[in-house]
Amino acid sequence: MLDGRGSIRRRSGARLWLSAAWLTVFVLAALLAPLISPHDPLAQDLMLGRLPPAWIAGAEPGYWLGTDSLGRDVLSRIIHGARIALVVALIAGTATCLLGSVLGLVAGFYRGWADRLISRLVDIWMAFPPVLFAILLIAVLGTGLTSVILAIVIIDWTRFCRVVRAETLNQSKMDYVHSAKVAGFTRLRTLATEILPNVLPTIIALLTLEMGIAVIVEAILSFVNLSISTDQPTWGGMIAEGRTSIHQAWWVLVFPLIALFLTVLSFAQFGDGLRERFDPVLR
Amino acid sequence: MSGFLEIRGLSARLAGTGQRLLRSVDISLPAGSVRGLVGESGAGKSMIGKAVLGVLPKAVEVIEGEILLDGQDLQKVSPAERRRLIGAKAALIPQDPLTALNPSRRIGPQITDRLVDILGWTKARAATRALEVLAEVSIPEPERIMRLYPHELSGGMRQRILIASAFAAEPKLIVADEPTTALDVTVQKQILKLISELQARHGTALLFVTHDLGVVSKVCDTLSVLYAGKVVEDTTVERFFAAPQHGYSSALLAATPRHTDPSSSLKPVPREVLDAVAAEVAASDAAWRPSGGARG
Ligand SMILES: Nc1ncnc2c1ncn2[C@@H]1O[C@H](COP(=O)(O)OP(=O)(O)OP(=O)(O)O)[C@@H](O)[C@H]1O
Ligand SMILES: [Mg+2]
Repeated sequence: MLDGRGSIRRRSGARLWLSAAWLTVFVLAALLAPLISPHDPLAQDLMLGRLPPAWIAGAEPGYWLGTDSLGRDVLSRIIHGARIALVVALIAGTATCLLGSVLGLVAGFYRGWADRLISRLVDIWMAFPPVLFAILLIAVLGTGLTSVILAIVIIDWTRFCRVVRAETLNQSKMDYVHSAKVAGFTRLRTLATEILPNVLPTIIALLTLEMGIAVIVEAILSFVNLSISTDQPTWGGMIAEGRTSIHQAWWVLVFPLIALFLTVLSFAQFGDGLRERFDPVLR
Repeated sequence: MSGFLEIRGLSARLAGTGQRLLRSVDISLPAGSVRGLVGESGAGKSMIGKAVLGVLPKAVEVIEGEILLDGQDLQKVSPAERRRLIGAKAALIPQDPLTALNPSRRIGPQITDRLVDILGWTKARAATRALEVLAEVSIPEPERIMRLYPHELSGGMRQRILIASAFAAEPKLIVADEPTTALDVTVQKQILKLISELQARHGTALLFVTHDLGVVSKVCDTLSVLYAGKVVEDTTVERFFAAPQHGYSSALLAATPRHTDPSSSLKPVPREVLDAVAAEVAASDAAWRPSGGARG
């Protein structure tokens, strides 16, 4: 059976599997970095500086994606950079999701003063330009992984809060919520078993999107040197360093950029694909 | 004579504007009988149903009056106790079967959850009961249906399921708010027949909200005609269709197309009749003083 719905489903299937495949590579690279990276990501060798990738004349065997100006292996640095990216994606993404979703559910379901308070807070929050806000926060908190994660959570919870609140509000108007009330279920129980399952697909899609955003934010902060200490390889740091030698060694900039791009894109696509697959209404 | 459901002098208004939505409504519904609530859109029919089930919108406040369910005044008990009372004795057949079932949950638990969690039945007993009521509303293969999601079923099927669910706990009172308006005409008839049959077999009192007098003549014993939240006529179905007492009722009856004569179409209620009933409501408003004492 290949009706309109069927073909949409097949497309979303390919999207889901492709993004899942890249994310698997990403996670495995991060977990197994010390085992699989061909070189020590920090080892410098000025004799081997700015080697091109393996398929270009002048390449040195074993340095698949070339080396940077200090002679460090680009592939190994990308693989090790995935570790920071993964940690930030998981911790910052999940924490942002939890904080924003809980506040959104409470505001949308209980309404009243809780809603007024939370919505006002969101409005105020959104008035700050996010990157400036992040830099300001890091200036106060000091650089380091924890600060980066905190900054992401503090800035981005509103994204979840707004969407989850709106969706909760929508669901709360449905007759099945009304029926649950008539049947005698408590408010909390109604929220947990009637509303939450309907808002969950949206939350999951947002969560994966947020993981991608967290990776980007970390990269931006690394890029402006506000993230992790410089001796730990990060994608943002590599991009920043690669920028200075873009004419002599484009690969130092381009490969971490591709890794970043694919990862962020895959997170977003994975979330959408998941939603389409597991939302019983869309399914 | 005291009914299973007694509404006495119930008045409600919008909290913000103070607009009155219900005007000293009296309704008596003996156990096992069916009362129709009719009136134009916005007359307050659903509002009465919601008041009885304890689910009035937050913006609506009850000013005075009592709602006695099986002799207990719902206005006088704590919210938790009210929820328990209503959950145990009353149920709702909602209007729109498309939004009345939770789209992301399977049918089975949507019927049994309430029996287990609120009424304390065992899971096995609730499951058996669910199969029983599903069979009673002529759902084929109830075991399979219970594992499906709502979107896998037609509107008529879903309404049957909602009816089954309403009767599952053997409530003494069911409020049905326009249970057939969202359905096809052919399905409407089956669903009406089904509700009537189940109501009679289980001896359930039924508060039937509708704007269709044809439906009232088929399923109801008594009816209340509402205009602007006021009961303008409270009578039996025989008397109403023989000779309605109130001018507004006659106009409403005249406005309803006869099912025996398909050529006749819906006529609007004449202007002078509306003016007369509006004037009557205004006059009773002027004479009305909240029993709670001085106000404003
Ligand atoms: N949530 C609400 N907040 C404020 N006013 C409301 C709300 N729901 C209904 N009303 C108002 O209460 C009045 C009665 O509404 P109700 O829903 O009882 O009408 P009804 O007789 O059921 O009409 P219909 O045939 O359209 O369902 C209307 O004037 C309506 O505007
Ligand atoms: Mg209504």
